[in-house]
Amino acid sequence: MSNVPADLRYTKSHEWVRDLGDGTVEIGITDHAQHELGDLVFVEVPGAGRTVKADEPCAVVESVKAASDVYAPIAGEITAGNPKLAGEPEVVNADPYGEGWLMRLKPSPGALAAAALLSAAEYQKVLDTEGG
Amino acid sequence: MVDFGGWDMPVQYSSQIGEHHAVRRAAGVFDVSHMGVLDLRGQGARAFLQQLLANDVGKLKVTGKALYSCMLNEHAGVLDDLIVYYLNDYWFRMVVNAGTRAKDLAWIREHARRLAVEVTERTDLAMLAIQGPEARAKAAELMAPAEGAAALALDTFVGRELGRWFVARTGYTGEDGFEIMMPAADAVPAWRGLNSLGVASCGLGARDTLRLEAGMNLYGNDMDESTHPFESGLGWTVALAPPERDFLGRAALEPIAREGSPRKLVGLLLEERGVLRAHQKVLAAAAGEGEITSGTYSPTLERSIALARVPARTGGRVQVEIRGKLLGARVVKPPFVRAGNSLLPQAKDTP
Repeated sequence: MSNVPADLRYTKSHEWVRDLGDGTVEIGITDHAQHELGDLVFVEVPGAGRTVKADEPCAVVESVKAASDVYAPIAGEITAGNPKLAGEPEVVNADPYGEGWLMRLKPSPGALAAAALLSAAEYQKVLDTEGG
Repeated sequence: MVDFGGWDMPVQYSSQIGEHHAVRRAAGVFDVSHMGVLDLRGQGARAFLQQLLANDVGKLKVTGKALYSCMLNEHAGVLDDLIVYYLNDYWFRMVVNAGTRAKDLAWIREHARRLAVEVTERTDLAMLAIQGPEARAKAAELMAPAEGAAALALDTFVGRELGRWFVARTGYTGEDGFEIMMPAADAVPAWRGLNSLGVASCGLGARDTLRLEAGMNLYGNDMDESTHPFESGLGWTVALAPPERDFLGRAALEPIAREGSPRKLVGLLLEERGVLRAHQKVLAAAAGEGEITSGTYSPTLERSIALARVPARTGGRVQVEIRGKLLGARVVKPPFVRAGNSLLPQAKDTP
């Protein structure tokens, strides 16, 4: 079974969102996503200052077997990409909800409220439907 | 699990990279029962294969010796790549790819009709590949002592029937090891026996990274019916001597051999972060453009490697287009890794 922490919010495309409480959010890929991809060997994260639209591809995670886009769950401005992942992409496998975060973002006004994010229970249902 | 030539096969059992390292450092076992095993028997078997294959089974003099060859159509397109074992003058055994098995059988039977050759598909056999520096010793432990000793005495690229099993010192990883054909009922106990000896279960994912590091082609990626051996890094498998051997595809190959192929298959080593993948575009400056045929992350070299079909004059450095960006890559001669060691000692220091 995949680990789906109750305090995070999710997307159907397997990103998670953590409200940092300072007007920014942290974004990563879920335990299910890292498990499906397998051993990650390359991660490309966006640079600070980049503006992204909701559902825009803004990061890439590549395992030995496949490359996968990561979509911005919320519109806003990137405040940081995780600098650790350039040298240690495997951190995403080992700790997808912690050290393996991909980016931090300052949502555009109203964007966080407008984003159709899933609760942990709703995301778990998505996984159950997929057979994960 | 993925569909592979009609077979449900695991990409990985645990970790693809872990399985890869197990084979480079110790031993791993692969289920390769999806591959087709064909027995060709009869008075005309040798003559038939000399007509059917681009490599010459006339080279096979030692019982059990194997030969790697392409099977070509009349236009010299590669129908399949295969291994053929010489078992005696009236019996050869061929191992073909899963995805081409049905097409191969139809082609072979059509051409065998005129000669006294009987073609039997050995669907009763399973096949396990045990690969890695410790593979032969571990596999021999599964056999009776005399058979184990005989297996360990096999030369490279030679196979032999030992009891119920056909044991061959061949593989697709660049490591020493065996490929063992056995009655299907033996496969699960053998697999579990190997696991209990510390041999790692390995899936299709590790098989692909291992073969690519070893510079070995994958049918359907690196060559197919639309490409000929000289543009697929397989010129060494084409036996144009003796000139009187009239094999299928020969007439189309001769002018290419004479004039040189306008394209070639090379190895690429990515000099920046990222992963080379099949179908990415290769820009070779004045020489023109090419395309990656197989690409991956190399767990041994810890960087990305690929095979690419490029214009014949390509050399030195090229650029590869990945998601709209141009990244630098070095043109190298495969293999990248053999017997656990990088063949690119300066790989990490290249500016």
